[in-house]
Amino acid sequence: MDFLLSFLNSLPGAAGQGLAWGVMAIGVYITYRVLDVADLTVDGSLATGGAVCALLISMGVNPWIAMLAALLAGMLAGLATGMFHTLCGIPAILSGILTQLALYSINLRIMAIGDASAKTKSSLAISVDRHSLLVSSRNIRKLTLENPLLLLALLVAAVIAVLYWFFGTEQGSALRATGSNSNMARAQGINTDRSKVLGLVVSNGLVALAGALLAQYQGSSTIDMGRGAIVIGLAAVIIGEVLLSGVFRNFALKLLSCVIGAIIYYAVITLVLRLGLETTDLKLLTALVVAVFLTIPYWKGKYFSKAVKPARKEENTHA
Amino acid sequence: MLDVKNIYKTFNPGTVNEKTALRGVSLTLNDGDFVTVIGGNGAGKSTLLNAVAGVWPVDEGTISVGGVDVTRLPEHKRAKYIGRVFQDPMMGTAATMQIEENMALAARRGRARTLRPGITRDERDHYREMLKILDLGLEDRLTSKVGLLSGGQRQALTLLMATLQKPQLLLLDEHTAALDPKTAAKVLDATERIVQKDHLTTLMITHNMKDAIVHGNRLIMMYEGNIALDISGEEKKKLTVEDLLAKFGQATGSDEADDKLLLG
Repeated sequence: MDFLLSFLNSLPGAAGQGLAWGVMAIGVYITYRVLDVADLTVDGSLATGGAVCALLISMGVNPWIAMLAALLAGMLAGLATGMFHTLCGIPAILSGILTQLALYSINLRIMAIGDASAKTKSSLAISVDRHSLLVSSRNIRKLTLENPLLLLALLVAAVIAVLYWFFGTEQGSALRATGSNSNMARAQGINTDRSKVLGLVVSNGLVALAGALLAQYQGSSTIDMGRGAIVIGLAAVIIGEVLLSGVFRNFALKLLSCVIGAIIYYAVITLVLRLGLETTDLKLLTALVVAVFLTIPYWKGKYFSKAVKPARKEENTHA
Repeated sequence: MLDVKNIYKTFNPGTVNEKTALRGVSLTLNDGDFVTVIGGNGAGKSTLLNAVAGVWPVDEGTISVGGVDVTRLPEHKRAKYIGRVFQDPMMGTAATMQIEENMALAARRGRARTLRPGITRDERDHYREMLKILDLGLEDRLTSKVGLLSGGQRQALTLLMATLQKPQLLLLDEHTAALDPKTAAKVLDATERIVQKDHLTTLMITHNMKDAIVHGNRLIMMYEGNIALDISGEEKKKLTVEDLLAKFGQATGSDEADDKLLLG
């Protein structure tokens, strides 16, 4: 009974983490599902978002402006990956890894800006007592407007609404077509390189925004806050799909299912932590969860469905 | 309408896989020409179409469409002038998108993609009418994902999409070869109707000599990266398969026509 109570008690925290990571998962969904590219930039751009936001807030800048700056910084990171991929012809996965690596150095520098005593810093604390933060885990159990769950939910809704609108426009449709069939897209006059860059820019902007939310939520930005972020994002996307793809067919609902996936992920994480696992074990657990959820649909298709008949070739009756 | 001048293309130059696919091909299509292209495997038919479409740049020569030199334009920019249907039914449509979304994408070929809605209500009504022409029952399935359609339905849809914005040039790359005979006939029939109705300048590759003779006002036969035969007008109307084989033998000085063409 104690165990159950303490688990229930930690659920609001899991929901808060899940909502913030949900924004990140939506970013991953755009590259992984819509654009059909596995973008590893996100491990770096999440920390970049956190670093930029924490730095500006610690300097006394309005937190909304700090988050906007984080969003723009993330978009720049996506632009870099997009350029590596389309302009330099580097495979998408490697392009992402390159940007991610470069961002490690950049993030260390960002966090030390304005500090005369250090050239690089691996963390930057922002306290809810001294700075104005939009979302803080400190208020997670308060029944006031300061409760971060309210603002996080509104932000998630706003992000989904904007993306739903965007992917319905001519530009957004062109982006979807690029991910669905790039041959067809080019034949219809779509600049597929530009679409890919645009997708990476939007995705990493969202990931950095999530980083900005997380930095405020946990009260600090750290250099390794993005380590393994891609796998957590994928876990959220895939859990959402496996559980909800039967019911959620509309694009906005698919984005929502990423967020729900992220919340479920953090609820499960909270549970296993209560069962005695260490936080350092979580990466192993996350990797296993993603591996299992990716395996299920593959095995399902391979062993439990009838083989699809190959298209019949026209017989050679020429003469 | 199409002016191809002396184009060359060699794949994998300098390697053991080096293959010269086009050797100085020149071809001029007049407005409204419907040209069928035949030839064996490796004769350069698809390579010629891909060169015109801009899938990769040619090594030498120039290509212009409707008076515009497109030799240096990338594929997506040439799409403004060119409609295409591929051999592989999977290639011409976006499987994860709806029928109407695919058509809306095609309707915007050659135009700037803005932040206006990707599809409007008026368009939907228009597309429904257009799909009725195909007579495949697709007009009631506007919001179905294209991945759910059969190969024949997808080819017919691709054809419609290629001509939704009237192209200056229509390229058909054996677009019925992957279909069963009955469906192939239906798609070919739709092709004939659409080309006639819109008076489209068309280049159609086919493996089927009969189809090449029956359709179009001009027939070219490719052999080893060049045009070996070019038949049009009255001569084309009276053509038989036997004539074609004989002419091919004369033109190339070989009797491998039977193997190369019939088995190809």
